Amino acid sequence: MDGVHDMGGMHGMGPVEPEENEPVFHADWEKRMFAMNNAISAVGVRNLDESRHARERMDPATYLGSSYYEIWLDGLVRILSEKGMISEEELSGTVEPKPVSTPRPALKAEDVDAVMNKGGNYLTEDGKPARFKVGDKVRAKNIHPMGHTRLPRYARGHVGEIVADYGPHIFPDASAAGKSDPQPLYSVKFASTEIWGPDGTEGDYIYIDLWDDYLEAVGDVA
Amino acid sequence: MASNHKHGDPLPETVLRVKSLESLLIEKGLVEAEALDALIDRYENKVGPKNGAKVVARAWVDAAYRERLLADASSAVAEFGFTGAQGEELIAVENTDKVHNVVVCTLCSCYPWPVLGLPPVWYKSAPYRARVVREPRKVLEEFGTQLPQSREVRVWDSTAETRYLVVPKRPVGTEGMDEEALAGLVNRDSMIGTREADSPAMVEGV
Repeated sequence: MDGVHDMGGMHGMGPVEPEENEPVFHADWEKRMFAMNNAISAVGVRNLDESRHARERMDPATYLGSSYYEIWLDGLVRILSEKGMISEEELSGTVEPKPVSTPRPALKAEDVDAVMNKGGNYLTEDGKPARFKVGDKVRAKNIHPMGHTRLPRYARGHVGEIVADYGPHIFPDASAAGKSDPQPLYSVKFASTEIWGPDGTEGDYIYIDLWDDYLEAVGDVA
Repeated sequence: MASNHKHGDPLPETVLRVKSLESLLIEKGLVEAEALDALIDRYENKVGPKNGAKVVARAWVDAAYRERLLADASSAVAEFGFTGAQGEELIAVENTDKVHNVVVCTLCSCYPWPVLGLPPVWYKSAPYRARVVREPRKVLEEFGTQLPQSREVRVWDSTAETRYLVVPKRPVGTEGMDEEALAGLVNRDSMIGTREADSPAMVEGV
């Protein structure tokens, strides 16, 4: 979706403001929010892309004025509500919490390190065949899907070069809709001046990881 | 104002809502409080940029390790026991006299947790996400990093599950230093690419 989360190249956001000796968390609620969002992955009710797409659907004005853990709060409540795990009425205490069943049990404290050390797996055994190879010139498609996508707006319509093939990966656009559609993931190199025109810098580049479906051979009609 | 990086002054409703959410998730058996504590402890005290600094210092002193790191960063980093969530597919990119790398996630907040821990607020903020792909040199200048025009800038946008670790240039005047002392020069931002590694004089406070 063409949302405010897709920020690459936007103007008017102001200066970057690094904080000296920044702590990992700024408040206890941030710690709890961070931990809930990770712990709940264990029960298997929502995947990474569903989680991201939930955050992208936050009210845009609120998104821009929120800290990142506020965005996580909004996204987690949104996706768990959509999955029927919780409701606003339960959150506000106006109704008794209903029991829910989940594919897997809750994460145990003693398993935290093992689970986090293992991580996820997005690389797949098989997938759609690669339409491109290293060295190919490709154009990022000019598409505007309503759902989740990891093709940033600023790259669309521009020509780059495949510099690496990372192998078949779960396709986020499909994954956010509960499917997987594995296909090749590439590193694609774009010249700064190809993307930003005369406002770019000659000799500088932007590398973007893009899936096969996001790309077309140069010369193809979209 | 498009802040997207404010903290410390959340609405009281936010704090209450997080509390309510935690109580509800615990009551429903979706999370356990002790697991939340363990996750917080892990990322507050165990996993952070000191991990990445060890990797970079090793690459500076050990040419064979540097080669392994640039060829297959996930495996090379796993030699230290650093693996897992938000770093399953790591790529190391090296700064040289010719090339300077800098990493961003324009779409959300993707960051290589096993080597850098959790991202600073500015990395997740709208100004950084919006600007660094368009005007990286200007953003780097604001971090005090001046690059010669002749040096190629490569911005890596973390749009997939690939995560990028910048190997900064080894500072001059560090020839006699051992690996552990060198790791002390590798600041977090140098592994994102917004700063250079510290010089020995900076660390000594001279």
